Amino acid sequence: MPFAGRDMYRLVAGMAIALVSSAFALGIPIALEALVDGPLSGNNPSLVWPAVGLVALLGLLEALFVFLRRVTVLTPGTRIDSRIRNAMYDHLQNLPVAFHDKWQSGQLLSRANSDVSLIRRWMSFGLVLLVSNSIAIVMGVGILFTWSPTLAVVFLVCSIPMFIFGSRFRNRFAGLSRAAQDQWGDVATSVEESVHGIRVLRAFGRGDDSLSRFAERASLGRKLEVVKGNARATLTFWLVWIPDFALATCLLVGVWLASHGELTTGQLFAFFATAAVLAGPIESIGYLLALTLEAQSGLDRIFEIFDHDNSIIDPQKPVTPKNATGSLVFENVHYRHSDGLARDLLNGINLEIRPGETMALVGATGSGKTVMTALPARLYDVTLGRILLDGVDVRDMELETLRTRIAMAFEDATLFSDSVRNNVLLGRHDLRDRPPAESDAVLAQALSIAEAEFVYELPDGVDTVIGEQGLSLSGGQRQRLALARAIAAAPEVLVLDDPLSALDVETEARVEAALRKVLATTTALVVAHRPSTVMLADRVALLDKGRIAAVGTHSELLASSAKYRHLISSLSDEPINPDDEVGS
Amino acid sequence: MSTTGVAGEDRQDFTSRENEQIRARSLGLLQSLVKPHRARFGWSAIMVVLSTAAQVAGPILIAWGIDVGLPAAVDNGNFVPIMTIVAAFLATGISAAGFLALYTRWSIAMSQDILGELRRRIFAHTQRLSLEFHERYTSGRIIARQTSDIDTLGELLSGGLSNLVAGLLFLAFTAIALVSIDPISGIPLAIAMIPIVGVTLWFSNSSRREFRASRIYSTRLIIQFVESMTGIRAVKSFRREPVDRESYADKVEDYREATRRTIHVFGIYDPALKAIGTLTVSVVLLFGAFRVIDGTFEVGALLAAVLYTRRFFGPIENLAMFYNSFQSASAALEKISGFLDEKPSVIEPLNPEPFNATSGDLALHNVSFSYSAGTPVLPTFTLTIDGGQTVALVGPTGAGKSTLAKLISRFYDPTTGVISLDGRDLTTIADADLRREVTLVTQEAYLFSGSIADNIRLGKSDATDAEIEAAARAVGAHDFITALPDGYDTDVNKRGNRISAGQRQLVSFCRAFIANPRVLILDEATASLDIPSERLIQSALQKLLQGRTAIIIAHRLSTVAIADRVLVMDHGVIVEDGPTADLLKGTGRFATLHRAWRDSLV
Ligand SMILES: Nc1ncnc2c1ncn2[C@@H]1O[C@H](COP(=O)(O)OP(=O)(O)OP(=O)(O)O)[C@@H](O)[C@H]1O
Ligand SMILES: Nc1ncnc2c1ncn2[C@@H]1O[C@H](COP(=O)(O)OP(=O)(O)OP(=O)(O)O)[C@@H](O)[C@H]1O
Ligand SMILES: [Mg+2]
Ligand SMILES: [Mg+2]
Repeated sequence: MPFAGRDMYRLVAGMAIALVSSAFALGIPIALEALVDGPLSGNNPSLVWPAVGLVALLGLLEALFVFLRRVTVLTPGTRIDSRIRNAMYDHLQNLPVAFHDKWQSGQLLSRANSDVSLIRRWMSFGLVLLVSNSIAIVMGVGILFTWSPTLAVVFLVCSIPMFIFGSRFRNRFAGLSRAAQDQWGDVATSVEESVHGIRVLRAFGRGDDSLSRFAERASLGRKLEVVKGNARATLTFWLVWIPDFALATCLLVGVWLASHGELTTGQLFAFFATAAVLAGPIESIGYLLALTLEAQSGLDRIFEIFDHDNSIIDPQKPVTPKNATGSLVFENVHYRHSDGLARDLLNGINLEIRPGETMALVGATGSGKTVMTALPARLYDVTLGRILLDGVDVRDMELETLRTRIAMAFEDATLFSDSVRNNVLLGRHDLRDRPPAESDAVLAQALSIAEAEFVYELPDGVDTVIGEQGLSLSGGQRQRLALARAIAAAPEVLVLDDPLSALDVETEARVEAALRKVLATTTALVVAHRPSTVMLADRVALLDKGRIAAVGTHSELLASSAKYRHLISSLSDEPINPDDEVGS
Repeated sequence: MSTTGVAGEDRQDFTSRENEQIRARSLGLLQSLVKPHRARFGWSAIMVVLSTAAQVAGPILIAWGIDVGLPAAVDNGNFVPIMTIVAAFLATGISAAGFLALYTRWSIAMSQDILGELRRRIFAHTQRLSLEFHERYTSGRIIARQTSDIDTLGELLSGGLSNLVAGLLFLAFTAIALVSIDPISGIPLAIAMIPIVGVTLWFSNSSRREFRASRIYSTRLIIQFVESMTGIRAVKSFRREPVDRESYADKVEDYREATRRTIHVFGIYDPALKAIGTLTVSVVLLFGAFRVIDGTFEVGALLAAVLYTRRFFGPIENLAMFYNSFQSASAALEKISGFLDEKPSVIEPLNPEPFNATSGDLALHNVSFSYSAGTPVLPTFTLTIDGGQTVALVGPTGAGKSTLAKLISRFYDPTTGVISLDGRDLTTIADADLRREVTLVTQEAYLFSGSIADNIRLGKSDATDAEIEAAARAVGAHDFITALPDGYDTDVNKRGNRISAGQRQLVSFCRAFIANPRVLILDEATASLDIPSERLIQSALQKLLQGRTAIIIAHRLSTVAIADRVLVMDHGVIVEDGPTADLLKGTGRFATLHRAWRDSLV
């Protein structure tokens, strides 16, 4: 069992303690018998006290050992649970973006939460009982043999069907339990989407539709649970009925044997007394088997994620570029999504961004700009070719170094539930153990470049909690904070994906003016849809059909490339409104 | 402090009055869930009783077999009695197994029905609650309610019922049996009830506290999990992993400690009951033994009394187990019932008259709005938009444009004043009617996992494939859709990750196009598009908006081209308002803006 580590010993100790406590429990009837046969039949009042005392002592010891068992297995059970949780979270964080593109977080959550809890319950409860009940059954059958081997064999033979039904159940239930767990993961996904997409659902009045879709998914889950329950019910039937059938046969055979003098009444009596005790543990096997199978498929689901190879990892021998000038070179870069189109989305990109240069990336909707910007920081890895940062292949650099050197602003501004300060200084781990004045200065500067001074007017200023668990901001406000975050990281290379799309013209102009100062010394790749954003750049690269079709200054491209004109200029081709002519 | 709704969800200590309130609320919920299943609940209980009775009959039959059947066979070679007994034994075995199997089937079906109903209620309520609530209450919390809280309740329902019914019945039977054999032995048993009640009260209080804590920590875990998986790109690119890992590990540790305590509390309670049981048995034994020695009591009766007393504590442990999962489930139910108790702040009218927009006149009369009291976002203003007009709404970021759009589509109700459509106050229009007539395309283009076609169909649930394609052609999305691996049936993956940001905007535009509302509000609906696509949308809009009321929010002033009228908003105030051409000719704010924009173009 991975994740158990040293806690496994404590679990085993727990099982041992469980056996001791049942030994004390078994001792009580013996003490009782001693009392009845001793003081009571001997009419010896003076011995009553010690005998009763013994019974009480044994009982109290049993209680004590039950307590000890619980204490012993308690901590390891919960510790294994949290170890899996942490390992899983860790692994998920490290898995590449391409994995997260595909996997619904509802599915991930159901694995990282429900399945892990299931395993904990199995560990600290199911496993212990399964082992101790199995031992009890084996020992009980052993005792049966001492009373009458013939009857014990009859009992065993009659019990064979139990194994058949058991293994049939096993095959059936394992698949069902897996299907149900997957289904509940889908249900969790439905819930998550319906909350995250609530504005869209509200805007179109589609709450009822999404409810009925959810209800459909949930009722499929319910159906699976009911089928699972029926399988369990069927197994329970056989587990109760087959031992009874075996006992009935034994009774008949036993009486027949006794009538032939091959068995005494006392032996017969003892045989059935022991066999009757077995019924409880045998019946419980059904429930425990189901729990074990569920834990098993939960574990499978968890390991599916652990087994997911992380392709984007630190290199064996990391190389750190000698200089930190910030030159970024795409060399024959190809990229293809595993579930995307059958041809390469990026099909041989060659582009050199010189140190300190700002390169605008222009291309039609869906041409692959965002994917291309995600490659240098290794959010995706190139399928072919290479990207060099300061002359070193980014795959030869440590991720930490690489991502410290490259900061990004994404097209959707993801902010975390945290203060404005922490959101903006997200990339500056180094500031945590510096004087606060220093981090305040960095913060203030980044906010002023991104024109995000509005934060000072928020209820708690820069300490206001924003993000999902905090204050909501307007679209443009969020985008400016995401921009400030990238700037505050003070990277060598800034990668900005359409960073000004949600800003009005005037704010945009102010941000650009301030941004220019930063960009004068920082290498940057800026995705642009508008001429105004292109203005930030020294040169422009035109992405078309997976290749860089042209590179040059804005005016060069306007002059030389019809495609570029088509993409970037709204006026030159066809004026759409005569009013525009009036204004000019 | 308040405990209504979700307020106080993160608190662990309540005054006893608050405790009472919360308890009543969650018990009420449980009752309303179980009530429709009373009959099935009853039948399941009967199954348990019948099965138990049949199982108890087994050993008696074996005893007969040995006492009666064996002598008959040994002495007279008469196998008839033993055959009869074996037949009877087989019959009771079959019925014990059959009743138990039936009980298992029914109780699982029943508990799944109850859970399904609760899931449905939470989901429906989530959809009903206003945006204002969702902004306060994290998505992670709702997910926690729908997953781990429901799971907890499921544990009670699946395992608890048989424990409860069987426990209570056994308890009653053994107590009666004991008193009928030996009333005196009943006295220690009665006295034992005092410490039992004592430890149970202790357990009740501490376990409630610990389970509550465990729910709170489990919710926090889920919140962080969801948030960091959703923002994974930013997490990676800003190297937040170590920080997140640490804070997640802290939360896991809190949760572990809380869980450990919940189990630990029961780990004290259970052996404590065992110890009380042992002491009671010893006292019964002691009294009995002296009476046996006195000759006033039979040994057999003493044994029976001792056995019954011992047996009395078996079901008590069953009940304790039930109580444990009940406590755990009620901590979850507290949170769920609090959530269900939340009232939407935007309320659907009770008996609305049907509404069909005619001309699509919008009027905002003395409207003001603030998200939180004290900081008005939109100071009082009055605005009318005639039906059929296309209005451009421009202004600096954070001015309140989206806020205004959300007011008109009734995501929020104004703090003061009235908004009306064709003279009808929005608050008197049924939600379904309003959504049919007024559609808002939000700033964020959210796509659901599923096919492109399904995502477009969100605009109109009965749209045919042909309609969908027509809409996609109109906004210029058809080409990229057909280029996808499965065309319109391509699964767009989580949040539409499989297509680009601009393509997502096109799809959400298709939705609006196909919804065909009377009043259309576009909030930055083309911000991520390239210029040719934007131009295409513009001409599609020109056709679409004929005879419709439209409000178009855009920073790229090209939109203005198709607008009849322009509103300039700053700091929540409409500072300029007039026909597009007039404003353009003037020297006001808009003219300046427009010039700046035009200069930025090439
Ligand atoms: N995770 C993915 N799996 C499969 N295909 C994808 C994935 N992400 C993007 N694509 C495809 O790759 C193409 C390029 O996407 P990308 O997001 O890079 O476009 P873009 O140039 O940034 O467009 P936009 O201007 O709209 O943002 C799109 O056609 C999209 O369908
Ligand atoms: N849900 C909310 N809760 C509290 N304040 C909010 C909320 N949404 C927006 N605000 C605040 O209200 C003001 C107006 O926001 P709104 O979203 O209406 O701006 P906007 O004009 O649409 O800006 P943008 O062009 O950036 O989208 C902003 O200061 C914003 O911070
Ligand atoms: Mg993009
Ligand atoms: Mg807005």
